[in-house]
Amino acid sequence: MAGRNNKLLQSLQYIRRGNKINDNWTEESPRSRDSEELYRRRWSHDKIVRSTHGVNCTGSCSWKIYVKDGIITSETQQTDYPSTGDDYPEYEPRGCPRGASFSWYTYSPARVKFPYIRGDLYDLWRKERNEGKNPVAAWEAIVSNPEKRKKYVSARGKGGFVRVEWQEICELIASSIIYTIKKYGPDRVVGFSPIPAMSMVSYAGGARFLSLIGGTLLSFYDWYADLPPASPQVWGDQTDVPESADWYNSKYFIIWGTNLPQTRTPDAHFMVEARYNGTKVVGVSPDYAEYEKFADIWLPARAGTDGALAMAMTHVILKEFYVKKETPYFLNYVKRYTDLPFLVILREHGDEYRTDRFLRASDFDDKEKLGEWKTVIWDEKKKNIEIPNGTLGHRWDGGNKWNLELKNGAGEEIHPQLSFLSTSDEIVPVSFPYFAEEEGGAVTRGVPVKQIKDKTGNLLKVTTVFDLLMAHAGVDRGLPGDYPADYDDPKPYTPAWQESITGVHRNHVIQVAKEFADNAERTEGKSMIAMGGGTNHWFHSDQIYRAILNLILLTGSQGVNGGGWAHYVGQEKVRPVEGWNVISFATDWGVAPRLQNGTSFFYFVTEQFRYEIKNDDEKEDAWGSKYRGMHPADVNALSARLGWLPSFPQFSQNSIDIVKESREQGAKSDAEVIQHVVEKIKKGEIDWAIENPNDPRNFPRVFFNWRSNLLGDSGKGHEYFAKHFIGGEHQVMANAESSWQPEMVHISDTPPEGKTDLFVSIDFRMTSSGLFSDIVLPAATWYEKYDISSTDMHPFIHPFNAAISPPWKAKSDWDTFREIAKVFSELAKEHLPKTEELLMRPLGHDSEGEIAQELGKIKDWRKGETEPIPGKTMPHLQIMERDYPRTYEKMITIGPNLKKGYGGKGVKLPGEKVFAELKDRLGESTFDGIGKGNPDLFSDRKAIDAILFMSGATNGKRAVEGWKSMEEKTGLKLTEIAEAREEEDFTLEALTAQPRTSISTPMWSGMEKDGRRYSPFTVNTEYNIPWRTLTGRQSFYLDHEMILDFGEALPLYLPPLNKGPFVKNDRQVADDGKSLTLRYLTPHQKWGIHTMFTEATPMVQLFRGWQVVWMNEEDGASIGLKDNDWIEVFNRNGVVVARVVLTYRMPKGMVYMYHAQDRTMGVPGTAINKKRGGTHNSITRISVKPTHMIGGYSQLSYGFNYYGPTGSQRDTIAIVRPLKEVDWLEN
Amino acid sequence: MRIKAQVAMVMHLDKCIGCHTCSVTCKTTWTNRPGTEYMWFNNVETRPGVGYPKRWEDTNRYKGGWILKDGKLKLRAGGPISKLAKIFYNPDMAEMEDFYEPWTYDYDNLIHSPKRDNLPVARPVSTITGKYIDKPEWGSNWDDDLAGGSENVAKDPNVEKMQEHIKMEYERTFMMYLPRICEHCLNPSCVASCPTGALYKRDEDGIVLVDHDACRGWRFCQNGCPYHKVYYNWNTHKAEKCNFCYPRTEAGLPTICSETCVGRIRYIGVVLYDADKVKAAASVEDPKDLYEAQLSCFLDPFDPEVQEKARKAGITDPWIEAAKESPVYKMAMKWKIALPLHPEYRTLPMVWYVPPLSPIMNHITNEDELDTDGYIPAVDQMRIPVEYLASLLSADDTEVIRKVLLKLSAMRVYMRGKTVGGVDEFRQSELVKQAETTPEEIEEMARLLGVAKYNERYVIPTGRREMDDDLHYKRGACSLEELAPPEGMNPRFGMMKVRENL
Repeated sequence: MAGRNNKLLQSLQYIRRGNKINDNWTEESPRSRDSEELYRRRWSHDKIVRSTHGVNCTGSCSWKIYVKDGIITSETQQTDYPSTGDDYPEYEPRGCPRGASFSWYTYSPARVKFPYIRGDLYDLWRKERNEGKNPVAAWEAIVSNPEKRKKYVSARGKGGFVRVEWQEICELIASSIIYTIKKYGPDRVVGFSPIPAMSMVSYAGGARFLSLIGGTLLSFYDWYADLPPASPQVWGDQTDVPESADWYNSKYFIIWGTNLPQTRTPDAHFMVEARYNGTKVVGVSPDYAEYEKFADIWLPARAGTDGALAMAMTHVILKEFYVKKETPYFLNYVKRYTDLPFLVILREHGDEYRTDRFLRASDFDDKEKLGEWKTVIWDEKKKNIEIPNGTLGHRWDGGNKWNLELKNGAGEEIHPQLSFLSTSDEIVPVSFPYFAEEEGGAVTRGVPVKQIKDKTGNLLKVTTVFDLLMAHAGVDRGLPGDYPADYDDPKPYTPAWQESITGVHRNHVIQVAKEFADNAERTEGKSMIAMGGGTNHWFHSDQIYRAILNLILLTGSQGVNGGGWAHYVGQEKVRPVEGWNVISFATDWGVAPRLQNGTSFFYFVTEQFRYEIKNDDEKEDAWGSKYRGMHPADVNALSARLGWLPSFPQFSQNSIDIVKESREQGAKSDAEVIQHVVEKIKKGEIDWAIENPNDPRNFPRVFFNWRSNLLGDSGKGHEYFAKHFIGGEHQVMANAESSWQPEMVHISDTPPEGKTDLFVSIDFRMTSSGLFSDIVLPAATWYEKYDISSTDMHPFIHPFNAAISPPWKAKSDWDTFREIAKVFSELAKEHLPKTEELLMRPLGHDSEGEIAQELGKIKDWRKGETEPIPGKTMPHLQIMERDYPRTYEKMITIGPNLKKGYGGKGVKLPGEKVFAELKDRLGESTFDGIGKGNPDLFSDRKAIDAILFMSGATNGKRAVEGWKSMEEKTGLKLTEIAEAREEEDFTLEALTAQPRTSISTPMWSGMEKDGRRYSPFTVNTEYNIPWRTLTGRQSFYLDHEMILDFGEALPLYLPPLNKGPFVKNDRQVADDGKSLTLRYLTPHQKWGIHTMFTEATPMVQLFRGWQVVWMNEEDGASIGLKDNDWIEVFNRNGVVVARVVLTYRMPKGMVYMYHAQDRTMGVPGTAINKKRGGTHNSITRISVKPTHMIGGYSQLSYGFNYYGPTGSQRDTIAIVRPLKEVDWLEN
Repeated sequence: MRIKAQVAMVMHLDKCIGCHTCSVTCKTTWTNRPGTEYMWFNNVETRPGVGYPKRWEDTNRYKGGWILKDGKLKLRAGGPISKLAKIFYNPDMAEMEDFYEPWTYDYDNLIHSPKRDNLPVARPVSTITGKYIDKPEWGSNWDDDLAGGSENVAKDPNVEKMQEHIKMEYERTFMMYLPRICEHCLNPSCVASCPTGALYKRDEDGIVLVDHDACRGWRFCQNGCPYHKVYYNWNTHKAEKCNFCYPRTEAGLPTICSETCVGRIRYIGVVLYDADKVKAAASVEDPKDLYEAQLSCFLDPFDPEVQEKARKAGITDPWIEAAKESPVYKMAMKWKIALPLHPEYRTLPMVWYVPPLSPIMNHITNEDELDTDGYIPAVDQMRIPVEYLASLLSADDTEVIRKVLLKLSAMRVYMRGKTVGGVDEFRQSELVKQAETTPEEIEEMARLLGVAKYNERYVIPTGRREMDDDLHYKRGACSLEELAPPEGMNPRFGMMKVRENL
């Protein structure tokens, strides 16, 4: 304070020189340092609130939000995670530059602060209402009049929003829903909201409402192509991976197509730090990606050729560790935990043999219950067939032998024989599919077989999966056939063979494969492969992954801490999943939700199926595939009617009317109604919506898009969305008429446009989705609401807390849907009284639906190959009551159906006690209505505590109950896994005080027990719980008829597709000088998480603003491009305008348009169409793989976000050329 | 001997993932205001690359730092007289295009665009002129991950120097990241450059600051700093620079850039040095000797004599204890794996860098050529040329770099041997010997670099506020007193101030 008040005096005082030191070089000055106060004041704040970011990045990081004077100023990462242990790197700090920029949004000009509606629609609405029409009639008057409808539909995406009040907008939305349900059926009300894990309650708000009214919810994980289909195929599990801290346990780490520093930013340090503990790191990527910085060796495999590299490594490992020497650790592992010893039948095919289905107990006699689902092995000591415990048959036969103990049903030890090499009855030539050079090809190699008589006396030739794999991989064991002589022989699948495909030097392949296996042998499985979008987003992702997983399984690395696969794309892991399921899908009110696979839905709704390019039909398919020549839409329709995949909207007829008609025609019980319906279906009197996608009755009429930027980000084939779904501005140049059209699916002459009546987005920022929407509702940001988030990258569950109350007119998603439900229920009293409807559901994984399709043989009831039986040869059918006026009452209370128990993945938890205790935890509802006295679910905070209380990951009692339920089926002792944590009980408050490590539950396959790091499938390897597959083991071999038909029974290499950029009769683009045709890839970017964060000023300025496309500098120079020049990128799907980034870091022949920059910033018009340049997905169109549509068969059974076709978009070819003129289209 | 304490930083470049979180959290806190749009107290550069501002290492252009002229230390930009001549026009100064023209977007158009024929868009707008621009032309990190390719890389002054060693082609690609803040030098040329004496180095912790009351906006500090880490706020017309987050370090917290570093590359600790040795150290003849000369300024905190003299110099026991636990002392002085950035600028920078490892060149395909244990590659096979690192961190002395890389490799080999086995024991012990280290030192290093607990990365004693202010008054102070100064107290001593003469 001295002298504070007199600046002049003060400064005079400092004329006095200070003390000179350092050879008179430095002066110790006594001057005032008052100005230091300025920055101290900037740093000050009033409170710190714990929250996180609800964005699909797998991060789920805990943040400190600083609030000063009631204003959110900034954020930094929390550092108070529970410790990983004394000698272990910690999770602190978790967070990345994107998250660190989030507070920008709160007060930014990009913020949606009020409800907005398209002006043209609002005028129409006001007019009808002012004329005295009730809201439902007003909506009907607008959408049933083509002229009026066209007026606002054609205005989509063209500006002109006006502000409205919440009450009025809810009335309009509710009316559109009521009209749609009455006219078309509830399944035409559709919601898309991805990744519940990133903000579970915000997801649940909309999901609960839609489930209560019978609306359709779309999946996302498969649609995003983040779902690795190989995971259900190999393990029967959606995705289960190690937490990132477990990377530190690995001693050999291959990073294969996942850019850890760039996209797993908060986790990357575990990999980096492991290196100081002696871990070797190998990087595989076509470009010198950021992770190569940490690699000891870079394998620059060409884009999309990873499968070839992996097959060559498979070859080396088999040769070195199974033939040249025997590796006891590996042998023991594959016998116990994989299907390699299981027996497969060989079927004659001309002069040769082909591999067929697994041999089963039912091939010998009919004594064994569910014998057709029990696969068998050869006992090397007893020299006979044995049925080991733990197969799919054991899971459902009502017994308690579903375990991996090496025993048979009588409890005797068994000894699986891996190979018949030395004990074969004969060697037969087997033809193996080989598609590296063309789609149908084959090689013939000798395989040792055993001859076995079946129950009808036929002599079967059988062999083990191991012997098949050896022959298929080309490992010479002195057998006849087309085997390569050595590693330098360029036959499949040697290191020399892959060299011309991948560009990787054969010696590097040999070295890395040997080291990987050698490391696993020394460490008993601590060899790990991180994989992701770069390897997974391909059409043949399942085969690429299966080839890579070979390396993991053959080296005994899966189910071991520090080993196995580490796949990270998408934040799919909802840790408290049992409780969340109940709240989200309103199963507490006895509802079965309509869960539709997003890929099929969008494939049909956006008419992308009408722009398919047929495989080269001139060429004969040497493999002789029957289904490969079938249009994917036709396979999808087949899949739907056999009950494999869901299909909503379900029938062209209104599902309410169908039941009403049956009742009117005399059906009394529900069973009679269903019987009546089945008859009608059989006769073709009820139409499948999927077979009539152009029938206006089957359009999705009302669409909710929340927590998502579908149209600016994940809408692959964006221009087809814009054209057919939205009816807005688009740049599609492909010609539907001359594309490949389906045969069984009925189509109109011209594909319809503008299918949806009302597109509603809920967001806090204006994205491309908002721009195309009819209505944009203002959402609370992540710093303004309560929610919870989890991920597979770490074991914590993080809360969102409101640092400030929602400003302006913003609302949390939970509150928004509750308000809509309230207005809807009030209107329903008059317009939509209680009714019932028909609900269709597919044959599900983890239910008896997975044993519906015997021996994996396809039988179509329509062709008379079998009878249509709901739940067996066609989908389940059930009658669902819909008490629409009570929707709101159900929304805000927990229903009594919970008492009957709940669960998932085959685990069942008791419900009575939970229901009673929830009344204490949440309080009883006092709202007059059906839920009065039930546990209260009014607010987001109650929903959080309900979820936490009901789930094993967050409530020790539930965890123990879950393990108990597993004990009954497996006959194993399991409760000890969670017992030590039985008393733990997380609440929102507790999680806010400090993050907590989740508790081990049977909903997941790893353990958090004893402070260890989570690694998947450790309960399988350590507690003998089977995988949820046909054999109960990890699968190398898949034997469904369609898989065999495609030649994909064993992992193999399939090259990327090369379709386009244009085909005959597409619109011609005028030649404009130099151009290049390149592979077009959209890997995840650095400056945003999808489109999120990309607008934030710090992020924008950290690189070049938007949009940009990366390419090789020599490629660029060849068409006259300089760095930062404008370019057009285009193909038959659409056009992008961007600036080019030239570099030598990328190889020639491809471009990266990093995923999701959104076209909202800095994008001028295209020269080609004179329209606004598109998004990264304007160039893409999805390709769906028919084999992913298989269902009702063991692990190949449908689960929401679990299995099904993925929306792969990576196999794209595009043209790049300079953009000569910049036109901002400001007309 | 005149002992002073400094809070210093080590950045472990091998750990850096190039994510720029440090830049964002720093910016959101310190330079998120009009006039500071282009300022990044902390920035991260991809190397090879031109840096921010462009080619800041081009000392011929910007004339920053010190030179040795006739055995005497002089500012490269010239003394007070030549400054006076340039006071209204300084051609050495970096201009806006050397930094960049900051921009934003017309976001409001997305929400409030009137009905038009096409999809609305937010056009880029310059935040300097407020006018629409077609496209940004440069930014603070324009060449991230080698963006711009050989066009930009060739302009890296370190690359220019050594053309024959660097091939800008796909097969030979290498890159690294270089995060940068103010170096808080022992011999700061920015302080010496200021005509009004507005910059100072804090006595108690060595942080270099601008006195905003004194700054007149002449901007000689801007190019006087060879690292180009002082900026000019065009709104307030004052200089601003990285303040080492003193409001946090005073509270014992790490800087924002450090605590938020998800690569966990940053370490902060106290070092003791002899202020009387600074001038001599900065004045050694051969630039290659500057590194060792700088090291000679630091004092061993375990030495009882040093401790005693430190106490006499007013350094408290908690600070001496912190100096003993200092990760900076361990990495820079004891293990010598952290090096100063461009020591040839003679400012004796106090942010230290551990050079990065990198993958082997792919032309090595013969297993026999793979040195060390076959798993961990050897130093000379790595992609980043040792010469490049030497140009950054050791005044071109490649031996210094090789030594550090060898030590880091030896650590990895040793730890692999320890945790996995399968390493040839003889070769391993040879390697450890060659790297001039010991198993004990290696294990200690592996822990600090790998396990890297928060409390080991940051050892920061709280600031010594009790030395200079009326803290009793400050507890309850409110800015109201600025309107109504308190009366009736002895303004010289306050109520609780300890009288120095007692």
